[in-house]
Amino acid sequence: MQKFTTLTATACPIEIVNLNTDQLIPVRFLKLPRSAGLGKFLLHDLRYDAQGHERPDFPLNRPAWREARILIGGRNFACGSSREAAVYALVDWGIRCVIAPSFGDIFAGNAVQNGLLTAVVRDEEAAVLMAALGTEPSLPVSVDLAAQAIAFGRDTLRFSIDPVRHLRLLNGWEDIDLTRSRGSEIAAFKAMDRARRPWAIPPVAPAPDPRP
Amino acid sequence: MNEPRTLFDKVWAAHEIVCGENGDALLWVDRHYVHEGSFHAFTRLDERGEAVAEPSLTFAVADHYVPTGRSRASTSNPEIARMVRTLEENCAKHRITLFGLGDPRQGIVHVVGPEQGLTLPGLLIVCGDSHTSTHGAMGALAFGIGASEVAHVLMTQTIWQRKPKRMRISVAGRPGPGVAAKDIILALIARIGTDGATGHAIEFAGPAIGSLSMDGRLTLCNMAIEAGARCGMVAPDETTFRYLAGRPYAPQGAAFARAVEDWSRLKTDDDASFDRDVQLDASEIVPFVTWGTSPEDALPIDGCVPDPTSATDETRASYLRSALEYMGIAPGKRLTEIAIDRVFIGSCTNARMEDLRAAAAVLAGRVSKVPGLVSPGSSQVKRQAEDEGLDRIFRAAGLEWASSGCSMCAGMNGDVVAAGERCASTTNRNFRGRQGPGARTHLMSPAMVAAAAVSGHLADVRALLAGRTQQS
Repeated sequence: MQKFTTLTATACPIEIVNLNTDQLIPVRFLKLPRSAGLGKFLLHDLRYDAQGHERPDFPLNRPAWREARILIGGRNFACGSSREAAVYALVDWGIRCVIAPSFGDIFAGNAVQNGLLTAVVRDEEAAVLMAALGTEPSLPVSVDLAAQAIAFGRDTLRFSIDPVRHLRLLNGWEDIDLTRSRGSEIAAFKAMDRARRPWAIPPVAPAPDPRP
Repeated sequence: MNEPRTLFDKVWAAHEIVCGENGDALLWVDRHYVHEGSFHAFTRLDERGEAVAEPSLTFAVADHYVPTGRSRASTSNPEIARMVRTLEENCAKHRITLFGLGDPRQGIVHVVGPEQGLTLPGLLIVCGDSHTSTHGAMGALAFGIGASEVAHVLMTQTIWQRKPKRMRISVAGRPGPGVAAKDIILALIARIGTDGATGHAIEFAGPAIGSLSMDGRLTLCNMAIEAGARCGMVAPDETTFRYLAGRPYAPQGAAFARAVEDWSRLKTDDDASFDRDVQLDASEIVPFVTWGTSPEDALPIDGCVPDPTSATDETRASYLRSALEYMGIAPGKRLTEIAIDRVFIGSCTNARMEDLRAAAAVLAGRVSKVPGLVSPGSSQVKRQAEDEGLDRIFRAAGLEWASSGCSMCAGMNGDVVAAGERCASTTNRNFRGRQGPGARTHLMSPAMVAAAAVSGHLADVRALLAGRTQQS
């Protein structure tokens, strides 16, 4: 997994609360493999109108923010469906960090698996950052994960992130590698648990179903 | 004396293999459900040359992409056929039991798990689908995960998780006639918001929950994710045990009695504390419908949609303008004056027997003024409904009686609501474009969808129940 240490880039504000993962990547693109390149479908139905024309007023379509590597989102960013393709679309587009007052739980879990930083700031801090970008769209924003700091212009904000996710992102650790180092504990748990909860093991041959 | 613990604490603790230093834990997974959408995870396994660690604890169901029309086995859409075929191939390769197209046990994974007795109290259950919270209705700890985590569970039968906070939703009183579990959960989400339970495990408790059937509890926990919760749970009780007795994958005979002994201890201790407590009174809840583009945009059916000019701040006003514009509704309009174009009865939220009976009780002897689709939650539900004659009621009302799958809830299989069309739907998300690009969705209970169908507009089902018996 790609590590995250620091990033300085332009940042695109998307001032929509409860922006769900159905918007981040609409369902009709979920059949595609990652190799198809999912970045082009990011926020597809908000970036394009029903005829397939770009909506020039949508933030990511504005010249200053087309190359943004940071998104500033509203409260409850990426709530809803567990589709990890929402993260793939962001990462494949080039986004490495999303700053928002809160995130959907499943999305935040998926993000860390793909090296995408979800930085939590307070509502009023997100508003200050969005306002600064409104005044000066190309203002560079610097994110420092170790310091949990976001610097822009003369301002600096602190952000929060789950301490476990913080460590994993900083070190680029993959879950599977951490788990493989726990093989003996898993085996011991399994043996103990089978005796303790015999009912938890499904039968190989299910009973006949009396129902229709 | 041991510290008093909640239901959630007990089930969590029973699965802890490793407790990390920063509050995360490596947890054992008892059941892993996969579906066509899990293909990213199987690709990951292939890339790493890994095997499935516990095929006997992994169960697959074809649901997200399956056609629901008559020519189910021979869909003309090659992309959809490929999704179903890929699942079949992955299951065969990794020796995973599959309830595929044509299997009498096929259905929506969150209907099939409980129905087959695979979902049991005290289990930890994951699936690459956010509505996995449904299974918490049986007293299981169940939550949705992403593709990377699906791959991790396939490879290790374990998952790393940070322990969520605990929230109790206590529901007093008894719901009145025409008020269903769907109304309770919509009322809750309207009150606490779609992020009201973010970072929390919900336990639903209180007399109104105890009096709900399993089908009602499954609806309630299904939409816990729509309040942002990591999971929703109901303590197992006699209703749960009666539901499970004799199910194909549940323990049988003496083993079942032993299990019930263990399961009976799965309840929150007196004096256990929650990080947050919310109280609702079911007797005050009336039928709810959504008017906007988030499940929190829900109101009692006798209300009016909000007016942006009376919003408390500009952010809210801007949201209201945008949602009303998408939905094509004038500010302040009475909900019962909103005309609909079609109805959908289906999904992991509301397509079980009780749901179909509630809709049929309203539709019997009446005709729908709009077209609509009824997709039972499982093939077994379909057969039982046909045994009870419900299919004839739906057909006589002018609705299409289809096969089981996720269908028009997310439109993956091609069952979509056309752009600009308005659908009264028993599903769980009224997001923009959820039922198809440009589709407008109003969420409500099955009985309320039936009321909308026979009225041609959003309507209060209570007025249509006079002289009829209806199971809530």
